[in-house]
Amino acid sequence: SDCFGRPIASAPDAWFDVVERHSNDGNKTLQRTTKTSKCLNLGSYNYLGFAAADEYCTPRVIESLKKYSASTCSARVDGGNTKLHTELEELVARFVGKPAAILFGMGYVTNSAIIPILIGKGGLIVSDSLNHISIVNGARGSGATVRVFQHNNPAHLEDVLREQIAGGQPRTHRPWKKIIVIVEGIYSMEGELCNLPEIMAVCKKYKAYTYLDEAHSIGAVGKTGRGVCELLGVDPADVDIMMGTFTKSFGSCGGYIAASKEIIHHLKHACPAHIYATSMSPPAVQQVISAIKVVLGEDGSNRGAKKLAQIRENSNFFRSELQKMGFEVLGDNDSPVMPIMLYNPAKIPAFSRECLRQNVAVVTVAFPATPLLLARARICISASQSREDLIKGLEVISKVGDLIGIKYFPVEQEKVASVDKLKKLE
Amino acid sequence: MDMALPIVNATTAALARVSAAFNAPLARAVVFGVHIDGHLVVEGLLIAVIVFQLSRKSYKPPKKPLSEKEVDELCDEWEPEPLCPPVKERSHIDPAILESAAGPHTTIEGKEVVNFASANYLGLIGNEKLIDSCVGSLEKYGVGSCGPRGFYGTIDVHLDCEAKIANFLGTPDSILYSYGISTIFSVIPAFCKKGDIIVADEGVHWAVQNGLYLSRSTVVYFKHNDMASLASTLEKLTRGNKRTEKIRRYIVVESIYQNSGQIAPLDEIVKLKEKYLFRVILEESHSFGVLGKSGRGLAEHYGVPIDKIDIITAGMGNALATDGGFCTGSARVVDHQRLSSAGYVFSASLPPYLASAAVSAVNYLEENPSVLANLRSNVALLHT
Repeated sequence: SDCFGRPIASAPDAWFDVVERHSNDGNKTLQRTTKTSKCLNLGSYNYLGFAAADEYCTPRVIESLKKYSASTCSARVDGGNTKLHTELEELVARFVGKPAAILFGMGYVTNSAIIPILIGKGGLIVSDSLNHISIVNGARGSGATVRVFQHNNPAHLEDVLREQIAGGQPRTHRPWKKIIVIVEGIYSMEGELCNLPEIMAVCKKYKAYTYLDEAHSIGAVGKTGRGVCELLGVDPADVDIMMGTFTKSFGSCGGYIAASKEIIHHLKHACPAHIYATSMSPPAVQQVISAIKVVLGEDGSNRGAKKLAQIRENSNFFRSELQKMGFEVLGDNDSPVMPIMLYNPAKIPAFSRECLRQNVAVVTVAFPATPLLLARARICISASQSREDLIKGLEVISKVGDLIGIKYFPVEQEKVASVDKLKKLE
Repeated sequence: MDMALPIVNATTAALARVSAAFNAPLARAVVFGVHIDGHLVVEGLLIAVIVFQLSRKSYKPPKKPLSEKEVDELCDEWEPEPLCPPVKERSHIDPAILESAAGPHTTIEGKEVVNFASANYLGLIGNEKLIDSCVGSLEKYGVGSCGPRGFYGTIDVHLDCEAKIANFLGTPDSILYSYGISTIFSVIPAFCKKGDIIVADEGVHWAVQNGLYLSRSTVVYFKHNDMASLASTLEKLTRGNKRTEKIRRYIVVESIYQNSGQIAPLDEIVKLKEKYLFRVILEESHSFGVLGKSGRGLAEHYGVPIDKIDIITAGMGNALATDGGFCTGSARVVDHQRLSSAGYVFSASLPPYLASAAVSAVNYLEENPSVLANLRSNVALLHT
């Protein structure tokens, strides 16, 4: 249990300070010490590097903090709607490519509260088998029938849709009121992109609505950071509802839904999370506004484009090097999330502790987030990591991998030599 | 089988005659040490007939699955409802857009107005110390925390905040959540599972109702803030019902009800809870920092020792002027949530500057208890 919940004492940037903890009773309880060790951060969701104080964003955030204070203490409809909120909604809608958007204070709440509003009893939700638990909770809370299709398999989705439309509602066989298909842009435990163009074609053919959860992909993939739609060449107007969070790429907190004007209007008046919950904290809103402006290049510099190019290069480089070393890495190219398969649950603490000893902080995932025997270590690449950081990370992981024996694939000898050559060049 | 019975009877009769004819010479025949009597032949034949009947397939209408063409036609014919109902012009609410902090006086469209809409009970919006601590946090940690609590999202400010709140309330430990309403609808499903009994007030707000629905337990409502109704509900559920003694039972109440503004009489609830052996989950979003001599909430207001209440949750978006929520109770209550509470494990942690704002807010409350007297005199003014 000392592999989880490690406290940190600085911003979750490329290098951060991990607080050391020691235990007197065999890791049942852990007390923190005042010692910290500087480690390479391969675990936080910091895709574009906005996690730490940023030269463009932070002054503006502090200004908005002084102007609007840390919280608005009320719901959006009562008195929590500030100019910043309306500005951000328009900006998000423009960024994603949809007519309108609505904000929420937390990503988890966004899914759990929106799905019950859109669909109720008499509707059908078809969701990918590896969807996040917030989607599962929202689907369960809505009262609609839920069917699962095999992960990223448009043929199976088509079979499920045909069977369900022909069969109708269970027991009464009345036709379904509506069908929503829910997929994610990048799956956080696999690192794969979803097969969006084919899934969209299937949904269009059977007149099902699509809901795309871009929590990990907005801002991180795509030429200008607009997410999987841009990367895979899907028109955002085809996807009915696009959802995303600001926690991962933009270094803030909260979530959004972007859709057509009528849907957003309906949500604003019917969604309890909007009507009863405190609105997003104004400095967090300002952070997202500034971050999106940097990404779009509207702050007058090309830092956004540089960050996007950096994260793409970093992820591709890291992934190819790991594969050459013989690790089993999941995920597609261009995806900044890469799980390294460990398989054996006993290797989890070994991997995690050894890496920490050598000052690299990784995240290991086990049951119940993944199946019992498919434990993995998940690496999240960030735009703020430089080439040297990555090479150091690769060295440490390679050494630890040899120690533990997780290089399941044969190593390509001549390409390993190229890593040494790169080091000499740098 | 109807047709077979007369046939069996006829066969039996015929066999009886046949075996009678054979009986005399065979009466003393011994095969394999067993007397072959005539009736054995008859019984053997009967068994053969019964087995034959049982093995016949019963009549079922043949199943015809839909052909591909029929499925195609059904799919083409099916028309979904629109995703949202059409916009009605009358239902257009335009919330006011604030142009300055939501303090007691705020600016809307250039006009300065008095703000009765924000839950800024202690007037901490715009407080200098709060803002300074936030600025310090922002410069050190950035805005977001970029990870769930289990994966490097735990920043030392979070641990400080949890310790501070636990200290302030006098409980062993506390746990922070990243959003006000997600606190209660993660805590209830973490403790109440299918098959448990929950007795809840009718007037609880939406987030509590959502938590009750997600927990899939049996929920029984009692009349809003009516102790007699609560007593009779508890009596009905427990009297003579052996099964209730073996399952977990909870009472869910709010301290100040968001929908009606009434205060729950905690001393009577605790008396009832001890009599009928239920556990109390108290939602203190609007009373933390407001009720009680030093702002410690409903328990102090009624003079009830804090360890009699099993679980206390509160959102910090009201009196403490930050965001997020916390939950306290005994050490085991808090530890259980670290592994099994959905809103804690699967979601990013509270932004560090909000956690440090919470710490400074609690500090302020401890140092200036006179602000509560101000609040109370204002409330009394409005009530008269």
